[in-house]
Amino acid sequence: MSQPHIHIRVGEADFDLAAEYTAAQNVPGSGAIVAFVGLVRDWHGGKAMRLEHYPGMTEKALARIADQACQRWPLNAVRVIHRVGTLHPADQIVLVVTASAHRLAAYDANAFIMDYLKTEAPFWKQEVSEQGAHWVDARASDEAARQRWEQTGDD
Amino acid sequence: MNTMKQLELRYFARLRDALGLDAETVSVPAQVNTVRDLVAWLRQRGGEWDAQFSGTRPFRAAINQDIVSLDETLPDRAEVALFPPVTGG
Repeated sequence: MSQPHIHIRVGEADFDLAAEYTAAQNVPGSGAIVAFVGLVRDWHGGKAMRLEHYPGMTEKALARIADQACQRWPLNAVRVIHRVGTLHPADQIVLVVTASAHRLAAYDANAFIMDYLKTEAPFWKQEVSEQGAHWVDARASDEAARQRWEQTGDD
Repeated sequence: MNTMKQLELRYFARLRDALGLDAETVSVPAQVNTVRDLVAWLRQRGGEWDAQFSGTRPFRAAINQDIVSLDETLPDRAEVALFPPVTGG
């Protein structure tokens, strides 16, 4: 199998799901493409969400997560986009596209990438409301979601 | 011989806000060997430095942009980042 096409992007710009899907579709050999898009939730009293990251480390961490997914599943293409800066409710914040010959690999690899992104990629959310700004706390459920990939024992 | 080690420290998100500092260069004594030692050394500054690293608030560390455990050894001239658990996605 040829090397999977991996595309990682971190920045303020929005993304176009159709364009990202087409880019994955153009890589030959796939029979299944899974796309996950995360949106900024409309939380009570919220005005905006600020996304901070660790430039340099962020891209490295996302590339490593994509590589791990490619070692675990036979993927043809992986595209990960994460936005930073100021976002508003319903804005797109994160995109993960995975392409494989069959759907199960594409589904599982996509969930794996999101679970690792949420616990190992250096992004931090700050919610801004009438009361001011406050940093979002990490959730134990995200850590538990990542750990389930360690318990399967097949690598 | 008392060799000093030079480290580039970076702080992010809530930790940066609490400490009022986003980056600094420090020279630490050679016996500051691991991330855990570094954090203990920083706590000696007192105030928020002591409060933030007392163990009541979780934090993570990266050496040269890879997440590491607190027992990881600090190489000379490393970039060491300290930050709260991540919340992206």
